[in-house]
Amino acid sequence: MRGVRVLVIAAAACACCSCSFQPPKPWQKGALAKPEMTMAGDVLELKLNEHTYTTKEAASGGFGVGGGGCGCN
Amino acid sequence: MFKRRHFLSFAGALASAFTLALSTAPAAYALEAGQAAPAFNLPGQDGKNVSLANFRGRYVYVDFWASWCGPCKQSFPWMNTLQSKLGPSGLQVLAINVDEKAADANHFLTAVPASFTVLFDAKGSAPAAYDVQGMPTSFLVGPDGKVLFVHKGFKDSDRAELEQKIGALIASKPAEVKP
Repeated sequence: MRGVRVLVIAAAACACCSCSFQPPKPWQKGALAKPEMTMAGDVLELKLNEHTYTTKEAASGGFGVGGGGCGCN
Repeated sequence: MFKRRHFLSFAGALASAFTLALSTAPAAYALEAGQAAPAFNLPGQDGKNVSLANFRGRYVYVDFWASWCGPCKQSFPWMNTLQSKLGPSGLQVLAINVDEKAADANHFLTAVPASFTVLFDAKGSAPAAYDVQGMPTSFLVGPDGKVLFVHKGFKDSDRAELEQKIGALIASKPAEVKP
């Protein structure tokens, strides 16, 4: 039982340690800036999808720039 | 009873881990106008080291850039004109590259030539000291070594305003040393 307790404490400490990992600094984002790191496969397709979504589903504003309720996007 | 004890020890471990995580997180204090610009001594394109202290008495436009940063590409032609226009009044542009691979930076420089001083900081010690919040970020350092203003990002529409701002600052207090 003592072993289990130690294990639980170790696991908890380990899980919480991940909180202290820092996100990359602005000057460390070289790899993240590569085109293949975008969430969508194709940038144009992503833009078209977003446009359709925001104009057809009354969900204006909330993704990237633009939007704000004028109904002109 | 055992379960309770078990839970308490778990909660204790959790709390201590959290405090540890919080205490180890570095404090984020962005460098602001009025503060002394942190010193740096970095290699340039010719391999010779350049230090910020070399430019005491002059205005220094310290710019942090990377090859993968789109707005940086836009800022280079503008910094070329800035150097040629205000260089004679005592301004020096120091563009610090933060690429991890020197080849990436050199590739960028062949495509977008620079007529100002380019320095290389692959380890990122200078951007850490300046606490750069985004790419690109530039700092105008006055003749006394203090930061006059910080400019985050770069858009083509910033050109005129920035140039006017720097020109006005130099005109109000001319550089003590001119090239």
